[in-house]
Amino acid sequence: MSEWLRRSTWVDHVLLAIRISVAALVLVGLAGGLTAGTYSAADFVSFTMFGLTIGSVYALIALGYTMVYGILRMINFAHGDVMMIGSFAGLFAAGALNDVGLLSALPLLALPLVLCAGMAGGAAMSLIIERIAYRPFLHVRSLAPLICAIGMSFVLQYAARGLFGTRNRAYPGFGWMEGTVSLFGLIVPIPQIVAFVAALIVLAGLLALVKLSPLGKAMRAVAEDRDAAALVGINVGAVIVATFAIGGAMAGVAGVLYALVFKQITVFMGFALGIKGFAAAILGGIGNLGGALLGGLVLGLAEALGPALILEGFGLPAPYQLKDVIGYGMLVMILIFRPQGLLGERLASKRA
Amino acid sequence: MSFNAVTSSFKVARRRKSPLAETLQIGALAGLAAIGFALIGAYVAMDKRHVVEDTLTLSQIAYALMAIAAGFVAGRDTQGRPSGSRIVLHGALTGLVAGLCVSALMLLMASVSLRSTLVAASPMLTKALSLGAPIGSLQALAQVPILGALLGMIGGVFAAMPSRYRRALTCGFAIVLIAGLFRDVFVSVLDNVPDFNGPEAEVFGSGGLNRVPALVLLVAGGIFALLRDRWNAGHNPARRARSSKAGLVLLLVGVLILPLVTNDFVAQVAMLVALYMLMGMGLNIELGLAGLVDLGFVAFFAVGAYTVALMCSSGPLALVDVSFWVALPVAVVLAAGAGMLFGLPVLRVRGDYLAMATLGLGEIIRVLVLSDALAPYLGGSQGIIEIDHPRIFGVSLQSPAALYYLALALAGVVAFISWRLQHARIGRAWLAMREDEDVAQALGIDPVASKLLAYTIGAAFAGAAGAVFAALVGSVYPHSFQLLVSINVLAILVIGGLGSLPGVLVGAIVLIGLPELLREFGEFRYLFYGIALVAMMHMRAEGLWPATTRTKENARA
Repeated sequence: MSEWLRRSTWVDHVLLAIRISVAALVLVGLAGGLTAGTYSAADFVSFTMFGLTIGSVYALIALGYTMVYGILRMINFAHGDVMMIGSFAGLFAAGALNDVGLLSALPLLALPLVLCAGMAGGAAMSLIIERIAYRPFLHVRSLAPLICAIGMSFVLQYAARGLFGTRNRAYPGFGWMEGTVSLFGLIVPIPQIVAFVAALIVLAGLLALVKLSPLGKAMRAVAEDRDAAALVGINVGAVIVATFAIGGAMAGVAGVLYALVFKQITVFMGFALGIKGFAAAILGGIGNLGGALLGGLVLGLAEALGPALILEGFGLPAPYQLKDVIGYGMLVMILIFRPQGLLGERLASKRA
Repeated sequence: MSFNAVTSSFKVARRRKSPLAETLQIGALAGLAAIGFALIGAYVAMDKRHVVEDTLTLSQIAYALMAIAAGFVAGRDTQGRPSGSRIVLHGALTGLVAGLCVSALMLLMASVSLRSTLVAASPMLTKALSLGAPIGSLQALAQVPILGALLGMIGGVFAAMPSRYRRALTCGFAIVLIAGLFRDVFVSVLDNVPDFNGPEAEVFGSGGLNRVPALVLLVAGGIFALLRDRWNAGHNPARRARSSKAGLVLLLVGVLILPLVTNDFVAQVAMLVALYMLMGMGLNIELGLAGLVDLGFVAFFAVGAYTVALMCSSGPLALVDVSFWVALPVAVVLAAGAGMLFGLPVLRVRGDYLAMATLGLGEIIRVLVLSDALAPYLGGSQGIIEIDHPRIFGVSLQSPAALYYLALALAGVVAFISWRLQHARIGRAWLAMREDEDVAQALGIDPVASKLLAYTIGAAFAGAAGAVFAALVGSVYPHSFQLLVSINVLAILVIGGLGSLPGVLVGAIVLIGLPELLREFGEFRYLFYGIALVAMMHMRAEGLWPATTRTKENARA
């Protein structure tokens, strides 16, 4: 203790004070929320289900950030908008399938097709971003990729606004997938279950790809050391391209699943979801695929349960308006206090 | 250095294709750009703006520029020395390909209804693209590729031309474009000139330039550029440097008298530009000098605005009702305090992470202000209204021109402060930290103190801007303080040149002033920002008016 006092500066003390006060706030809120008893246990279970669903969407977005970060040590600022593009690609595919009647008749066959469209859209967009914002700046040290990616994010949002209009677009109905099912006495919407399961399947596929395939091996090698990987004959440029494509495809899946649960999509939805996905990536430990899943689920649960558990305890009016404060707050806290995340990768500490 | 992990000697080499393939690719890219331009609705919107009365609209010029640029790039990119016929041929080919893309779009729109998916693919677009020919006719389909080939050929010739003449043509064309686009500004200036009756009626039509004056301006601009080149060649660089200083003085004089010689609308736009300059100078300290990427910058602007709103409003939420001049220093101090509070936790966060952390903090503040929980104090989404206008010597500053001078005076003070800071010990400490934090610390610079100072001073400037904003608009709402404002300011800095004070002025004029004056542009301004950011990073990363240290570094490298 005295050793710590001797070596620490006043900044450490301030940071410690912030930590303690945030922890105290959370504890007070938790105590208040639990004793207030506004919500029943069934409410909390349904909140949890919802949190897991949205968390799996965050996890899919987080994968794109994490993979690109692992390889380039850069954040793809436009990743949220890639998800938006994927979501719109899925919308058009769903519209076409709806016209031939496949969507409501055979939703289990139609959904993978819609997901494929979303993946294709997201991957294509991600490749364009790589080509414009990252490839020209691979060998220079500057803010250029960050600024280019911010620029691309705006280009995508406002080009999409010009192309598709500002109004909300609704996905057509997926037949029986629209209903609810009774599970252990709880009524759960089927889209939530479908989205959660689909996200897990896609994640498993991605993990298998990275762990087992030669491409995955090359990706891990490039993440370790780009120059050394080039020396042993790995085509680094191609690996980077593949990484962006896979990350974009994951974002496309996230966009379609998000639309499956929430029905409405807009051209501006990418921004907030992108930040949440980034928060999930950091939370789990950036550069770590399993961490992205963990981070996404934790963030989703925190956002779904936080307002009821913590904010309710302070007796605030309309605590759900402050849902985003919890998400953003977790992002800031993690960036400040544990930039390596829950399952930290060692390089992160060097950088942040 | 925080970016060391990013860099490596590895570089993706560009594969060289055959000249013909490259030409076709450039043409296809230009065609895609043209299709995109049409489908986002920009073509129809800008078709209403006549640059040359009844002859050329803004969107036609945009298309022509795309074809010419494609021809120019194709002409320049062909390997080896430019040789006459090849360049012209390649230029024409790119233009032809681009034109064919547009024709394909017209054909597609005529046969399939795209309207349900793409809102801009309206009959109006088909009509505008047909250029007066019957819709769907062979003439309408054929004329665009032919025109494209002609323009591409011009672009090719342009590439082969001696640079003297190229500059002359560019200058003449730019003058015509500016005169046509900012017709309203020039007309209002000419209106205000006494004893000079009605020249605007001959030069300007109801929408843009008339034909003959346009031609005269084109030729005059070209001759001017040629003469200037001749003059510059005959004189030494020292004198040329002096003439660039003269340009700065001219710019300042223009800024000073602008609202006097034009109308209220222009004054209002100028006032916005001055506000963004204030903010830009604030972020310039954080980002340009100290290298701290702050995307939550708008929070300080909001603190300044809400302070003035709470102190000067006659509405029910006001805490006190004092004069603007009392509230202004309070707003600045509170914003500076907020900056310090904001900066403290993120002291050890760097690079991309810092961008995200500050973005998160800024969004938290916006969501909190918007929420019902704080509505009894800050008005929630209803905001605070009825803010008094500032008064000076008993005169209420209400007109846009008066508020413009207020903002300009503040901007002048802030510019002076940041200029002095930049060259003081702390300014050099910031620069050192931007370049390499660890080395700077090893050299005895206290990173904590200098970073906190950067946050505090930058926030104070933004707070001043917020205070004036509240006084100008007379009301504050949370939706005025979105992330977009932070991005605007960031874009101003990047376009103008990071760390450069005149760059802030140039950036604010280009990014805030021009889109406001061009009403047709309004809808597409953020698209334009995004493209400008990307293009700037690719072509001129140091900005339009780079900081002197940067220029020197580049000269050495």
